[in-house]
Amino acid sequence: MERIPILRMGEFLLVTIQVDMHDQLALQLQDDLTRAIEKKGAKGVLVDISSLEMVDSFIGRMIADISGMARILDAKTVLVGMQPAVAITLVELGLSLPGVATALNVERGMKLLRQALHESNSDADFIKR
Amino acid sequence: MQISSSGELPLATEHDIVLARQAVRRMSQQQGFSLVDQTKMVTAASELARNTLIYGGGGNLKWSLINDGIKRGLRLTFEDQGPGIPNLELAMTDGWSSGTGLGLGLTGTRRLVNEFEIDSTVGVGTRVVITRWK
Repeated sequence: MERIPILRMGEFLLVTIQVDMHDQLALQLQDDLTRAIEKKGAKGVLVDISSLEMVDSFIGRMIADISGMARILDAKTVLVGMQPAVAITLVELGLSLPGVATALNVERGMKLLRQALHESNSDADFIKR
Repeated sequence: MQISSSGELPLATEHDIVLARQAVRRMSQQQGFSLVDQTKMVTAASELARNTLIYGGGGNLKWSLINDGIKRGLRLTFEDQGPGIPNLELAMTDGWSSGTGLGLGLTGTRRLVNEFEIDSTVGVGTRVVITRWK
């Protein structure tokens, strides 16, 4: 069966969506990713959509749901690489993805995840003391 | 207004939505739309194709490349023989949703195109026509 690959990079997971997803594939990704967060104990998820030429309300909702599910599983999601034309269309459609952290590219997204992880680690240190 | 070419695509499976998006992308490029306009038209088509499949139980997409003087455009008609929309006025209210969507479907789609027409009869079906000009 067709699947979007999920790569592990240390404490983070990296998902690069490179195909025009049909709805079932988007739902499969949601399922696979939540399982992967649990299994690998991932603290962060980077979703790269730089190859996506279109995000409609279904895919937009899938992204927002992934971010929400990951948060409940104690992982932070950062969406990176959205093309400007996609951003313009998405906002005009009425979907501004509230609650979804974004970064311009993978590099900045990784930086954001590392910062978030660092902050939560120093909070934990503080509590231990 | 003249029609330079036209055709029809089925909307019977989820994969047909993907094929419809790809066809609309090609046609938008052919009509010389900017990248933003292409993206808007493809996104609008994706929303309506999904409505046709999920709420209408499947149907078809009729497309035509049109021109009006020097203006070029793309017109898409989504038709189904589904249950129809009982309260069209309500369905066209921002934020309204029958439950499975985000409540952006029809009103959101209307904002992505230049012309938007909807006809729906309970027990007969629904037809949505959208047009975007270059």
